[in-house]
Amino acid sequence: MSILIKNGRVINPKSGLDEIMDVFLNGSTIEKVERNIRKSGGDVHIIDASGHVVAPGLIDIHTHLREPGYEWKETIRTGAMAAVKGGFTSIVCMANTNPVNDNKSVTDYIIQKARKEASCRVFPCGAITKGLKGEELSEIGELYEAGIVAISDDGKSVKNSAILAKALEYSKLFGIPVISHCEDEDLSKGYVHEGRASILSGLDAVPGIAEELIVRRDITIAAYVNAQIHLTHISSGGSVNAIQQAKKAYKKITCDTCPHYFSLTDEATLAFDTNTKVNPPLRGKEDVASIKEGLRNNTIDIIATDHAPHEGTSKDVEFDLATFGISGIETALALSLALVREGVLTLPELLRKFTMNPAKLLGLPYGQIAAGKVADLIIFNLDAEWKVDRNSFLSKGKNSPFHGWTLKGKNLLTIVDGKIVYKDKSFKG
Amino acid sequence: MKNKVLLDKKAVERTINRIAHEIIEKNQGVDDLRLIGIRTRGVHLAQRIKLKIESIERISLPLGVLDITMYRDDVFKLKSPELKKTEIPFDVNNMAIILVDDVMQTGRTTRAAIDAIMDLGRPKRIQLAVLVDRGDRELPIHPDYAGVVYAANPEEDVMVRLNEVDGKDEVVVVASS
Amino acid sequence: MNWTKKDLLGITELTKEEILFILDSAESFKEVSKRDIKKVPTLRGKTVITLFYEPSTRTRTSFEIAAKRLSADTINISASTSSYVKGETLKDTAKNLEAMNPDVTIIRHSMPGAPHMLARIVDSSVINGGDGAHEHPTQALLDLFTMREKKGTIDGLKIVLVGDIIHSRVARSNIFALTHFDSEIICCGPPTMLPPHLEELGVRVEYNLKKAIHNADVIMMLRIQKERGGVNYIPSIKEYSTFFGLRKEHIANAKKDVIIMHPGPMNRGVEIMDDVADGPYSVILEQVENGVAVRMAILYLLLGREM
Repeated sequence: MSILIKNGRVINPKSGLDEIMDVFLNGSTIEKVERNIRKSGGDVHIIDASGHVVAPGLIDIHTHLREPGYEWKETIRTGAMAAVKGGFTSIVCMANTNPVNDNKSVTDYIIQKARKEASCRVFPCGAITKGLKGEELSEIGELYEAGIVAISDDGKSVKNSAILAKALEYSKLFGIPVISHCEDEDLSKGYVHEGRASILSGLDAVPGIAEELIVRRDITIAAYVNAQIHLTHISSGGSVNAIQQAKKAYKKITCDTCPHYFSLTDEATLAFDTNTKVNPPLRGKEDVASIKEGLRNNTIDIIATDHAPHEGTSKDVEFDLATFGISGIETALALSLALVREGVLTLPELLRKFTMNPAKLLGLPYGQIAAGKVADLIIFNLDAEWKVDRNSFLSKGKNSPFHGWTLKGKNLLTIVDGKIVYKDKSFKG
Repeated sequence: MKNKVLLDKKAVERTINRIAHEIIEKNQGVDDLRLIGIRTRGVHLAQRIKLKIESIERISLPLGVLDITMYRDDVFKLKSPELKKTEIPFDVNNMAIILVDDVMQTGRTTRAAIDAIMDLGRPKRIQLAVLVDRGDRELPIHPDYAGVVYAANPEEDVMVRLNEVDGKDEVVVVASS
Repeated sequence: MNWTKKDLLGITELTKEEILFILDSAESFKEVSKRDIKKVPTLRGKTVITLFYEPSTRTRTSFEIAAKRLSADTINISASTSSYVKGETLKDTAKNLEAMNPDVTIIRHSMPGAPHMLARIVDSSVINGGDGAHEHPTQALLDLFTMREKKGTIDGLKIVLVGDIIHSRVARSNIFALTHFDSEIICCGPPTMLPPHLEELGVRVEYNLKKAIHNADVIMMLRIQKERGGVNYIPSIKEYSTFFGLRKEHIANAKKDVIIMHPGPMNRGVEIMDDVADGPYSVILEQVENGVAVRMAILYLLLGREM
């Protein structure tokens, strides 16, 4: 089975390619990337990508697939369906399942399930500590051999600094990154960002320093043991500053932010819409500005979704009681394209944060369009306008604060391993 | 149609005088007599009647002001009916109450006013004085004292204008708006 | 003006005009409570439900009396005795109640946003009787009514709020309401209880009680909100009382005709001493009386709104 994609604006962040080109896929490999490729024969599927962008399939290093244990919120199958709709060809799923992915059998389960049911590549992330309790290290080596690509206690911070230090040191043996959720538990007894909005709403609030303190701690420990650390879902200006400073002296730091942290401010919580309840919380205007600047000046290397699907009943309650999280994988690309329109990033720079950079962090051979590379690609349109309707999400999680928004930019076609796994109704090519 | 003047300024004054005399006559004096005007123009009429009675009988007569909005049977069909205060600076128990209003038509305002007064106590009797009775009753209630009786058509409105509110005294019939 | 809003969820949703309209309407209703027969037939046949997830004497009774004086029927539901204990969600409780056709529901809840959630679910009117630390609009309205009654105006006053401001819905609602007027608002309390960014709302922050009440026209004392964790914000109640409890000697610093207010319930000896609570400057009981009138006005306006 071969596919010829004609006349798209082909962008490959790694090589700097950004031109109208043709791309020829043969089986699961990209065979050629050239102008005016001629191919004939009945078994060549020709796709007209004129007016659209052809990019490497996006890589999401932070999603929650909820399986095993919380299948009513999402399954590997539905999460992957949502992912490919959103333009993602590889996703990393976090370990806070039930049971926690702190041992080989859970990792095996996820990998087998994904092989059978997922339309995109699924890479499990193992837990740093057993049961995410923060007390004892998981058997990281065993997890590595089973196929994890990183370790994280995401959902929580590793409170005990000594344990984090050990985990960072130990991870060097396998060359996998430690992905750190930065949150000072004691300062985080709240549901929204501490700022003007929380004074108006009277909701219990969390200061930006609750994240910043742990960002600083984790960087310091990582530098001390000389290990790679990745700080995930960065939301506050203070954290961005800390990371920017630290990177001057120590290079093995990477971090990511999520689309909601540059698309919404804490004012969105004033109507008590539980779809705006997320951890870390939506921050103030100044933080949003810092996040955008951090993306622009490469302090922030990666954009991830922190896709956190939840069932309606867990969100259809009083704000204090609602679950935290945004089902974001289907809106991530469109929201991020706004950064290009605002002049914060060029399109190749944006795509780099979704492809090359996450691939590099995880040591994956994906995220590129070049001859000889694996055929994971997407075709999207920069200008297509569409209205977000959470009820038509492919994810089981309909918890999105962007419902009703008109977004510009839509993923039209997703190819994983040379096969079309998603095609938007409106795509005529 | 052209406005028809039922009472001009002088006629209004004469009518009020007559009503004042009739009240004194019918109640055989002014013992235990109390005047209550229904907002808004009823209050000014009551004030004028009060002054007249006081000059005839040489006594001082207390005046109460009644807002009947809370007692109206159509209170929620109006557009945010504006509430004004009820101020009745005397005890109504065992008193002869003279209710004063400008125009009587359906009788519903009077019914509301009677209910309001009953909630304040138990008067000896209640009588009703109006400047104009324009007919068209929807309840079996009638005035004891009427200035002028005019059977208005459905296309007509009877307007009472008083100096205190409208800058002049007259009662006119106008086309309904 | 015409009242058009279905619900009263907070002061933030009201214009200055609407606030004044409520206060003016309340004047008429105050007179009803002074009569022998304290009833008018205005809301005859209407059903008023009080749905309280948090305990209350004052507010619930005040609403009940207000409704009954307007001839409405009242039904009181307490979370501790209701299906809440059996795990029923607010959404289901709301739908069940709605099926019984109430005209207005007054809800008090320990979490911000609960009345807003209820208002989205039901077609009948919703009044916020207090939602967590967020708002208590009817309290602020009766407070403003009291201030206006005693001082003749709400403009040009120096108003001091003292206490656990960060956890106080009474403080928030009062601040939101008072900022429509030309008054100086001062918040006083330990720094831990005065949230950062408070001054952005248009108030001044002062940690010293004596300085704060210098020349005050109105002093409003607030209770430590134990149920919202207030006690964790101070080393001890004793220490709080020493530095922030209002005593007779303090009053000399305020204006001669100062009024002392408190939304109740009072913790005598903590934020306010007996001789102040019961003293000649206290209008605390008048606040309660005014509460009925203000709540009558609100019930009247909501149910009679222009559709």
